[in-house]
Amino acid sequence: MLEAHFPILTCLILLPLLGCLGVLFLKSPLTVRCWALGVSLAEMLTGLFLLQFKMGTSDFQFIESAQWVSAWGVQYFLGVDGISVFMVALTLLMFPFCIICSWTSILTRVKEFYICLFILISALIGVFSALDLFLFYLFWEAVLIPTYLLISLWGGRERDLAALKFILYTLAGSALLLVAVIAFRMEGGSFSIPNLTAHAYPVQFQRWMFLIMALAFAVKVPLFPFHTWLPAAYEQAPVAGSILLSAVMAKMGAYGFLRLGLPLAPEAAQFFAPLMIGMSVCSILYGGFLAFAQSNLKKIIAYSSLGHMGFIILGIFLFNLNGAQGALIQMVNHGITTGALFAVAGILHRRSQSYEISGNLGLGRYVPALMGLWGFFAFAGFAFPGTNNFVGEFLILAGAFEKNLWLGAVAIPGALLAAAYMLRPTQKMAWGEPSTATKWRDMSVREWGCVLPMAFLVLYLGLAPTFCLKVMNPSLKHLLEAFGPRTAVTLSMDNHFSANLTIENGLNNNSERGGGQ
Amino acid sequence: MKIQLILPELFQLFLVAVLFVQSIVSRDGAGPLKKWLPWASGLSVVVSLVCLGQNGLLFHQTYQIDPMSQFFKMTVSLGFFLTVINGVGQPLLKEEKRCDYFLFMALSAWGLMLLCSAVELISIYLALELASFSLFPLVPLRTKSLPAAEAAIKYIFIGGVATTVGLFGFSYILAVQHTTDLNQLVHMSWSGSPMAVLGLTLFLSGLLFKLAFFPFHFWAPDVYEGSGNETAAYIATLPKVGAVAVLLRFSPLLKPGLEITTILAVLAAVSMTYGNLAALVQKDLKRILGYSAIAHAGYLMVGVVAGNPMGATATAFYVFAYVLMNFACFWVICREAKSGENLKLEDLRGLSKRAPGLALVLAIGAVALVGLPPTAGFMGKFFLLSAAWNRGCNWLVVIAAANVAIGLFYYLNLVRYAYGGETAEASRKMVATEGMTSGLGLSGGLLLAGLIILFGILPDFVLKMLMF
Repeated sequence: MLEAHFPILTCLILLPLLGCLGVLFLKSPLTVRCWALGVSLAEMLTGLFLLQFKMGTSDFQFIESAQWVSAWGVQYFLGVDGISVFMVALTLLMFPFCIICSWTSILTRVKEFYICLFILISALIGVFSALDLFLFYLFWEAVLIPTYLLISLWGGRERDLAALKFILYTLAGSALLLVAVIAFRMEGGSFSIPNLTAHAYPVQFQRWMFLIMALAFAVKVPLFPFHTWLPAAYEQAPVAGSILLSAVMAKMGAYGFLRLGLPLAPEAAQFFAPLMIGMSVCSILYGGFLAFAQSNLKKIIAYSSLGHMGFIILGIFLFNLNGAQGALIQMVNHGITTGALFAVAGILHRRSQSYEISGNLGLGRYVPALMGLWGFFAFAGFAFPGTNNFVGEFLILAGAFEKNLWLGAVAIPGALLAAAYMLRPTQKMAWGEPSTATKWRDMSVREWGCVLPMAFLVLYLGLAPTFCLKVMNPSLKHLLEAFGPRTAVTLSMDNHFSANLTIENGLNNNSERGGGQ
Repeated sequence: MKIQLILPELFQLFLVAVLFVQSIVSRDGAGPLKKWLPWASGLSVVVSLVCLGQNGLLFHQTYQIDPMSQFFKMTVSLGFFLTVINGVGQPLLKEEKRCDYFLFMALSAWGLMLLCSAVELISIYLALELASFSLFPLVPLRTKSLPAAEAAIKYIFIGGVATTVGLFGFSYILAVQHTTDLNQLVHMSWSGSPMAVLGLTLFLSGLLFKLAFFPFHFWAPDVYEGSGNETAAYIATLPKVGAVAVLLRFSPLLKPGLEITTILAVLAAVSMTYGNLAALVQKDLKRILGYSAIAHAGYLMVGVVAGNPMGATATAFYVFAYVLMNFACFWVICREAKSGENLKLEDLRGLSKRAPGLALVLAIGAVALVGLPPTAGFMGKFFLLSAAWNRGCNWLVVIAAANVAIGLFYYLNLVRYAYGGETAEASRKMVATEGMTSGLGLSGGLLLAGLIILFGILPDFVLKMLMF
C-alpha cells in the first residue's frame, strides 16, 4: 500500500475542475458541448485505472494523503474500498451520459451549465473517495450549490420553488452533520475515517451521533417522512439534473450509512434499526402507491425512486450479508436504471414537449425502438428476472426473510407495486389511442449511443453479477464483522444495565450469522 | 523601543495627519484625494503585513504587541484600504466634505488599531471612544437624507449610552480588583466578588455594542439603512474587528461553567437566532446585512466563550473572513446603486445579465456568509464550532450549526434575485445602465471573491499569519 502510485483519485476530482477552466475560453455552444464530452470521456479513461483494484481485501486502496490544515488536524485523505469504488464508478459512468442527454435540451447559458455539472461531478467523486471525515463533509456540502443552480436555472416551469425546497431541506438535514464531524474528532482524536471506525464510543454518544447522521443521510436518500422535496426537484430539474439527483446523489445518503453510520455507531445502528427499517418499508409502500397515482412520467420515476431507495436502506439495516450485498448492488443498479429511464423520458419530451403520459400515447407503432427501450428499462425498473434490479431486490428480500419472515412478507408488495406502476404507463404509451407520435422520428444515432451502454449494463449486471459481488464482498464482510467484536469491547467497559443489553445484541448477531450460513 | 513594533499605527497616524492638513488647506479637497489616498492606504496594508508576528510590551505595559494584535491591525488596514477604494468616488457625498469624511474614517481606523493592542482598561476605553466618536459624524454625511440624520442620532445615543455603561462598569472593576491592567485582571479570582462581575459585564456591554451583539443590536439595521452604502460597509466590518480583538483578551477569563461564560453563550445563541430570523423577512439589502451582522456577532462569540487559544485563533480567522465576505456583498451594492440609493431585493433582478461579474461576486459573498464550501466562511465556521466543542456549551455548537440552515434562505435570496428571471422594468434598467460597471470596479470585487475562495481552500495562509 505504501508504494508510490499515480494519484488517480485526485486526478478524477481535478479533471472536471480543469474542464471548467477550459470552458471559460470557449465561445460557441457546440464547441462547449464537444469539450464537455471530451472532458467526460477523458475522465472515464482516467477512471479505467480503477480496474487495478485488488480484489479479496477489505483494505482501502489508491490511498493519497497530505496534511491540509495542520493546526486542526485536517488531512487531504482519499481512498476507495469495495464499497466506494462502485459509487465512484457509477459517478464516472453518469458523467458522459448526462452530457449526451443534455446535448439538445440545454440551449441557454450553455457554458454555465457545464461548469455547474463539472463542479458537481468533482464534488460527488470527492464524497465517495474522501477518507477524512471533514473532507467528506466538505464535499458533501459542496454538492449543494451546483445542484441548486442546475435546478433553478435550467429547470422546468416551477424550478425556483423546487430548487429552494431542495436546498432548504438538504441543508437543514445536514447542518448538524458538522456537529457530528466535530464531536467524532474530539472523541476519537482524529478526522481519519479508518482510525475513527477502529474506536468504540459510549452508547449514549453513539445514539445522538447516529440520529444526527441519520437525519442528514435520510433527507438525501430520501426516506419516507423526509421525501417531500423529492418529487418537485426530480420533476423540475433538467434531465441531467434528474439523472444525477436520482442516480448518484440519492446514493450519497445510502453510502453515508455504509461508510459512517454503521461503522462509527454500530450499537446505535442496531438500536435504531427497527426505526430505520420501518421508515424504509414505509418508503417502499408509500412510494409505490404514489407512483401508481401519477400521470407525469418524471413523477412516476421520482416516486419509484423513493421505493427503490427504501429497498436499499432496508438492505443496509438488515445487518446480514445478503441484505448488504443487495443494497450495494442495488445502489448501482438503481442508478443505471433510473438514469436511463430519466434519459428516455427526456428523449420523449424532446418530441412531445410533455412529460405527461397523455402527451406520449401510442408510440409502439410509430417509434418502436424508442418505445422498446422505454419498455426495457421499465421492466428493469420493476426488477424483471434477468435484469439488474432483479439481482439486487432478490438479495435484499432474501436478507429480509432471513432476518424475519414478516419483514420479508411486508416488503414483497412493494415489488408487486413496482410492476403495477411501471406497466400501467408503459401499456398506455405503447398502445394508447389516439397516438401522439404519428410524425415523430425514431431514435437518432446520438440517442442510441447514449442509451445502449446503459441497456448493456442492465443485462450484464442482471445476468452476471458475480464479478461485482466478488469485489464488494470483503469490504461488506468487514463492515458486518465489525459489529460483533466491538460490541464486546464496550461490554467490558459499561455498567451492568447496558452490559445486559449488549449481550442480547451479541446473541442476536450470532444467531443472525448462524442463520446466514 | 523598536520602531517596527508600532509601524502600522504610525503610518495610519501619518495618513490622518496628511488628511487633516489637506482638509484645512484645500477648498475642494476631492481631486487630489482620489489620486493618492487609495495608494497610501494600500501601502498601509503592506506595512502592516510586514509588521506581522512582532512581539513586545510598550508604554509602561499598557500596550501589548503580539501576533494576534498585529493580525488584527492588518485586518483593520485591509478594511480601511477596501473602504477607501470602495468609497472614494461615492455619489452621495459632497465634494467639499470628502476630505473630512476620510479624515474621520482614518481616525476611526487608527482608534481601532490602538484598540487591538491596548491591554489596560483606560487605554482600551480611550481607543474605543476614539474609534466610535470619529465614526458618529460619518453617518449623517449623506446628502439630503433624513433617514441618515435619524440613523446618526440613534447611533450616537445608543453608542453614548453603551460607552457610559461601560465606563460605569469600569469603575466597579477598579474599585474591587484595584488594577486596570488586563493581563493581571484575567488571572484574578472573580468568583468572590459579584460587584466585579457586574462591573465586567457592564464594561463588556460597551464592546458588545460595537459588535451589534444581542441585546445591544437595535442600532445595526437602522444605521446600516440610514447611512450611505459606503459608510455602512465600514460600520459593518471594521468596528467588529476591534471589538473582537479586545474580547479575545478577556477570553482566558471565560472558563467553562462560569456565570459570565454562560451569559455570553446564551446571548450568543439568542443573537444568532434572532438575527437570522429577523433577516428572513427583510427586503432592503442593507437591512438584511444588518441583521446578518447580528447573527454573525453570535457566531464570533462562540469562539470567544470557548476560552481557549484554539477559540481565539478561530475567532480571528472568522472575523478576517467576515470582513472579506461582508465587503464583497457591500462592494456589489455600492457598484449597483449608481446614485447611492438604498437597494431593495427587487433591484437585484437581472443582475446576472447586466453585470455577470458582480453577480458572481455577490453569489460568492452570500455563499460564504451562509458558510458553504469552498469558502473562507465555511472554514471559519468549522474552526469556531470545533474550538467550542467540549468547552461546556455543546448546545451552543448545535444551535450555531442549526442556524446555518436558517440563514441559508435569506442569503440565497440575494443569489436568487441576482440570477433570477428579469422583469420588463429590469430589462429597461439594463439598457439604461449598460456598460456602466467599470473594469476597476469589477476587479476589486473579483479580488475579494478570489480571496474568499483562496482562504477557504488554503486557510493555512491565514492561520500562519496568526501563529507565526
